[in-house]
Amino acid sequence: MYFLNWPEKQREVPTEMKQFLIFVRKEFKHVFRDKKTLLMLFGLPVVQIVLFGFALTNEIKNSKVLIVDYSKDQATCSIIAKIEASTYFEIYSVTQDPLEMEKAFKKGKIKSGIIFPLNFSYDLHHSGKAQLSIIADGSDPNTATSLTNYLNSIVQDYIHQVSGSRTGLLFVKAETRMIYNPELKGAYNYVPGVMALVLLLVSVMMTSISIVREKEMGTMEVLLVSPFKPLLVILSKAIPYLLVSMVNLAIILLLSVFALGLPFAGSIGLFVLVSVLYIITGLSLGLLISSAAASQQAAMLMSVMGMLLPTMLFAGFMFPIENMPMPLQLFSNVVPAKWYYIIVKSIMIKGLGLSAIFKEVLILTGMTVFLLAVSLKKFKTRLE
Amino acid sequence: MHAVIIDTLSKVYGKDKIVAVDRVSLEVKKGELFGLIGPDGAGKTSIFRILTTLLLPSSGSARVDGYDVVKDYKSIRSRVGYMPGRFSLYQDLSVEENLTFFANLFNTSLKENYKLIEAIYVQLEPFKNRKAGKLSGGMKQKLALCCALIHQPSVLFLDEPTTGVDAVSRKEFWDMLKRLKEEGITIMVSTPYMDEAKRCDRIALIQSGKLLSVDTPAQVTAAYSKKLFSAKADNMIRLLYALRASAHVSSCYAFGETHHFHFQEQGSSIDLLNELKQAGLEQIEIENITPGIEDCFIDLMLEKTK
Repeated sequence: MYFLNWPEKQREVPTEMKQFLIFVRKEFKHVFRDKKTLLMLFGLPVVQIVLFGFALTNEIKNSKVLIVDYSKDQATCSIIAKIEASTYFEIYSVTQDPLEMEKAFKKGKIKSGIIFPLNFSYDLHHSGKAQLSIIADGSDPNTATSLTNYLNSIVQDYIHQVSGSRTGLLFVKAETRMIYNPELKGAYNYVPGVMALVLLLVSVMMTSISIVREKEMGTMEVLLVSPFKPLLVILSKAIPYLLVSMVNLAIILLLSVFALGLPFAGSIGLFVLVSVLYIITGLSLGLLISSAAASQQAAMLMSVMGMLLPTMLFAGFMFPIENMPMPLQLFSNVVPAKWYYIIVKSIMIKGLGLSAIFKEVLILTGMTVFLLAVSLKKFKTRLE
Repeated sequence: MHAVIIDTLSKVYGKDKIVAVDRVSLEVKKGELFGLIGPDGAGKTSIFRILTTLLLPSSGSARVDGYDVVKDYKSIRSRVGYMPGRFSLYQDLSVEENLTFFANLFNTSLKENYKLIEAIYVQLEPFKNRKAGKLSGGMKQKLALCCALIHQPSVLFLDEPTTGVDAVSRKEFWDMLKRLKEEGITIMVSTPYMDEAKRCDRIALIQSGKLLSVDTPAQVTAAYSKKLFSAKADNMIRLLYALRASAHVSSCYAFGETHHFHFQEQGSSIDLLNELKQAGLEQIEIENITPGIEDCFIDLMLEKTK
C-alpha cells in the first residue's frame, strides 16, 4: 500500500508549495495596498532614528555659556577663545556683572557659566594655582554633568598648553577617556535601542493585526474550511513582515551610518543573521497575541502595552538596568529587546564576534523556540 | 444516500450553558435544496458551523457526505463549499484576485471550473478589477458564492446568503441556486426570510435551537389544520386591539398590511363584523386565506410555547 501512495504524495508537494506562494503573494498585496500602514511601517524607523539621533539627545551642541570675567587678562581671553572654538559651546556673553548671569539662568538662556576671579592669570603664573567657578543648570543633571566636564577639560587643556611651553612648572592633570564612544555621542546608545524597538514593533504588531483581521472579516472561517493547512496560513503571514522588517533594518543601518556617523565595526553577516532571529522572535510573539485578541484594536493595544512599553523601559537604552531595583532587573531578562540591544552594541560599535555574544544569541533562540511552540499549540483549527 | 445526516445534535455555549442547538435531527438528501428557516438567534449559524467543522458539537453527531464532522474534519474541509453569514471576502483584493485566491486555496484554478460559475461570473466580469470592498451588497453576495463554488463542492453551505441584499438580488440569487441544484450540488441554505422558504425542496423550521417541523414547503402549509382569516380596516391598530379583545377570535397577529386571525370554535364571522362596526371601525374586510410558511411558523411556535 505504501508504494501505491508514493506517486500521489509526490504530486502533492509542488501544489502545496504553489498554494503557499500564492498565499504569500496575497499577503504582500495586503501590505502594499494599505498605504497608511505602509507609510507607518517605513516612516516609523526613519522618524525614530531622526528623533532619537538628533532631537531627543543629551549630546551637547552649541550650548550657550555666559562668562563673568573680572580678570580680562591673557589667560582668561585664551580660555574664552578656546570655549568659543569648540563645537559644544557658544558664548552667550562676556560680562563683569554677576547679576547678569543669574538673570540668564533664570530665563533659561544659558545652561552653564564660568566666573573668572580677579588676577586669574597672575595667580596662575606666580603661585601656580588659580581658581575659577563653573556653574551649570542642575535641573537637567545629565546635561549639567556633561557641560561641567567639557568646560573643565577645556580649562585643563589650556593649562596643559601653557605648562608645556614653560619649563619648570608641571601641572598634573587627570585624564579621562571614554572608550567606544569618545565623544559620548547619544546615537551610539540610541540607534541600537531604536533598532530593537522598531523591529519588534513592526513584527509583533503587524503579524498579530493581520491574523486578527482575518478573524474579524470572517475570512478565517473560509480559510479553515479549506484543505489549506492552518500552519501555512501563519507561515505565509510571517514572510512579508519578515521582509518588511529586513528593509527597515537596512534603512536604520544606512541612516545611522551615513546620517548619524555611526561606525559599523563588526560583521554585517552576523548582524543580519542575529536580526533575523530577533524578528522571528517578534513574529512568534505576534502570533501568540493574535490567538488571544478578538479584534484588531485589542491586538494593537496588546502589542503596544505588552511590547512597546517593556521594550522602552527594560531594553537598557533609555534607563540603565543596573540602576533598577532587583525585581525589575530580573524582569528585564524576559524582554527580548534587552538581549538584542546588547548584541547590536557588541557587533556594531565594539566590533565583537559571535563568541562574545554567544550567551545572548542562545537566550534569544530559546525565547523564540518557546514562543513559537506555545503559539502554534494555541493556534486553533476550529473557531473555539 | 444522504448528503447531510444530523443526529440529536446539541450545542451549548460557555459557562452560562446557553443552549444554541437543542437535540436537532434531520437529513438532507443528495442533490436537494434544503432550507433552514428561522429568526435570528434560532441556532442556524451554530448548526452550519458544526457541519462545516468549525465548531465541535456538545453532544450528538453529524455526518457530511458520509464523513463525521469531528473525526474526519479534514476530508470534509476539502469537499464542501461554505459561505459564512458575512460575505467573507478580502476587501482590498479585486474581484478576480479574490476568485483566483480561493480557487488556489482548493488546489484548482478559475479556468478549470469556470463552467460552474460562468452564469454568475458573467455579471461580475465587468467589475473584475474592482476591489471587493467597493462592490454593492448584491455583487458581494455573488462573488462570495463564486468563491464558495470555485472548487466544485459536493455540498454547499450558505449561511444567510440573502441577508442585507435587495429584493431583486435576492430573487436572482435563488434563481442561481436553482441552476446549481440542477448541476447536482446539494445545497443547504439558511434564511430568516419566510417568503424564501417556498423556493426550497424541503425546509426545516427552527426556533430557539429546536426544530418545529421538517418537510416540503407544500406539506408544511398543508399540515396547517385551522382556518385562517385576514382582516383589514381603516384603523389597523384599533382593529388589532378589537380582534384580540373579541370573544370570537382565538388568536390574532399583525402580518404585513393585514392582521391574521383564527376564530374560536363557536365564533361567527357575522357577529364579529357587527362587533367591529360597533367599535367604530370602517371599511372592514375579512377574508378566508390559505396559510403561508410564516403562518405555519407562528402557529408551530405558539403551540410549542403552550
